[in-house]
Formats: sequence, structure tokens, C-alpha cells
Amino acid sequence: MPSLPPIRPEDEAVAERARPGGAFDAPGEGPHDAARTDYLLRLGDDALILGQRLSEWCGHAPALEVDLSLANLALDLVGQANHLLDEAGGGDGDRLAFHRDVLDFRNCLLVEQPNGDFARTIARHLLYSTWQHLLLQRLTGSSDQFLAGFAAKAVKEIAYHRELAAEWTIRLGDGTDESARRMADGLDWCWRFIPELFEVDAPVEALIGSGIAADPRSFEGEYRASLAAVLDEAKLAAPADQRPILGGRRGHHSEHLGHLLAVMQYLPRTYPDARW
Amino acid sequence: MSGDWPLWEVFVRSKGGLSHRHVGSVHAPDAKLALAHARDTYTRRQEGVSLWVVPSAEIVASDPAEAGPLFEPAADKIYRHPTFYDIPDEVKHI
Repeated sequence: MPSLPPIRPEDEAVAERARPGGAFDAPGEGPHDAARTDYLLRLGDDALILGQRLSEWCGHAPALEVDLSLANLALDLVGQANHLLDEAGGGDGDRLAFHRDVLDFRNCLLVEQPNGDFARTIARHLLYSTWQHLLLQRLTGSSDQFLAGFAAKAVKEIAYHRELAAEWTIRLGDGTDESARRMADGLDWCWRFIPELFEVDAPVEALIGSGIAADPRSFEGEYRASLAAVLDEAKLAAPADQRPILGGRRGHHSEHLGHLLAVMQYLPRTYPDARW
Repeated sequence: MSGDWPLWEVFVRSKGGLSHRHVGSVHAPDAKLALAHARDTYTRRQEGVSLWVVPSAEIVASDPAEAGPLFEPAADKIYRHPTFYDIPDEVKHI
């Protein structure tokens, strides 16, 4: 009677490394898989949460044309989130979007900030899309095929976001007394979240080393100069740098994110089998 | 807010070689944002490759009350249509 082959030490080592429920036939995890997934979540959650925030304007924007503009920006971002979270979640991005709790979200704090008035929404979008555009430009050269392909497509969408946010910043800043005051207040609110965009922690450092992630520190000077040029044209002064607030990338969020998720996740969580 | 903004007429070229066609109008505070609004309102579904916006106030329009004198005289001049003429069989490629 044939017997099972003996279990060798190297087989035990493979079993140690297997995912929970994983099989011997499944591909082993690469050295950067966990960090790469985390990176995809950071970018995907940024896009998802900012897209959700912008979609809150739908039907409430100051003008019909602006309503459409903001909805278009939101749709671009939700589409990007779809790609990134599908890749992070093995094809099931919806599960990540709708069935994670607030502590598991990896977006930066800037994108979860409430819309405030139109000027604050524009300030938030200027600060984020300028950063996102510079990042995507670099990610087109990523050694990761998925990220390079994703960036090549998304960079065109975000070039428009950056341009539109800059145009509105200039018009509001160099507009009436009221619009200038509101624009300055909006920038004031958002400014303290800039340093988080340029934070590099150990997982990202490793990904930068292997050419997968882009190093945000390499374009911080360009970012600051770009904002300064827009603010100059808008006749606004840059707010003073404040004590930076960090933590979003590790799941430490402001209370605003929980409220946003409660709205966004309500339907699929309450009716798990709903189809639409 | 948009009530304070001037109106702009929007023209879209659907693909290279075709003329720009009037598709509608948008409100916008100035020309650059009029283009952005036109883009976001009328080319969301790949409708075009080029956009024009023109201040509506700059359009000079014919008076509908004068439609009779302006357009009706053309109604009975069918000889102005190329189909009015019989082409001899010997003439090719026309």
C-alpha cells in the first residue's frame, strides 16, 4: 500500500509562509506584497474618500455647471479607487470599500475633511490634486506594471483636476472681498494636512527602494512652488505652517471619516445581497 | 450665483474634419471657465475633440418676425437645387 511521502523540513517552511487557508500550489508571497497592498490601499482610499466627499455636492453646488464639474471629478476618483482597490483586494474592491471599518482605512487626513463651503472644497482639491498629479507623473515610471499602467491613465484625469482647482482658487482669491475671505479660510483649514502627504514610513521606503513607489520627498519643492504660484496669482498669502497632523496612513483618522463611512457603507451593509 | 454669470454658447467638433456644431450653452464667469464648464457639461461621453465657446451676447441673430421676407422667397426656387437639372448619361463622376 502506497504511503504518503514524508514531510521534509523545507515543506514545513513553505507551510509556515502560506496565507491562512493557503495551499501549497498557491504562489508564495513576494518580499514586497504586504507593503505593496498597503500602498495600493493608501492611494485607493485617498481616491475613494475624496470621491465620496465630492459627490456630497451633487445637487447642492452653487451652480448647475459647478454641480456637474464636481460630480465629474468625483466620478474620476471613484473610478480610480475601483482599479486600485480591485488590485489590492484580489478583484473584490467593493469588499474593501464597503466592509472595512474606519481603523482599516489608509487615506490621508486631508481627503476626509468635510466639504465646508465651496472655497474650502476647492482648497482641499488644490492641495490634494497638485500632490496627486506630481505623484502620478512619477508613478508612470514605476517598476510595478499595474501601477505604471494605472498612473498613465489617471495622470490625464488629475491634470485637469489640478488645473480646475487652480483656476477656481485664483478666481475666488482674486474675486470679491467675501470670496477672498472664504478662500483664505479654506486654505487655512486644509494647510496643516500637507506634511502628511510627504511623510515616508518604513513600508513606503522599501517600495521606493525597489522602484515600485514614488518618493514624495523628491517633489516637495516643486509642490510648494506650484502652490505659491497659484496663491500669488490669487493674491492670497500662504497660511503659516502649523503643527503637522499625521496618522491617516496608519488608520488614525479624524472623527469625520466615521460619519462619511456610515453614509457610504450603509446600503451594502444593511442589504448585503442588494444588486443595482 | 450662475445667474450673475454671462451665458456662453458651446460648439463641439465631434471628430477631426467635421465642423463644430452648436450643442447648447453654459453659464460661466469668464472664457476659461466657460471652456471648463462646456467640457464638463457636453463632452463627458466622448462627444468631441474640440470645443468653442462664444459669449451669447456676441451672437447676431436674425429676427424671427422677418422670417417671411428672409426665407420664404427661396421656397419656390427649386432650380437652385442641383437635383433640378437632368444630368446627361454621358457625364460621369458628378
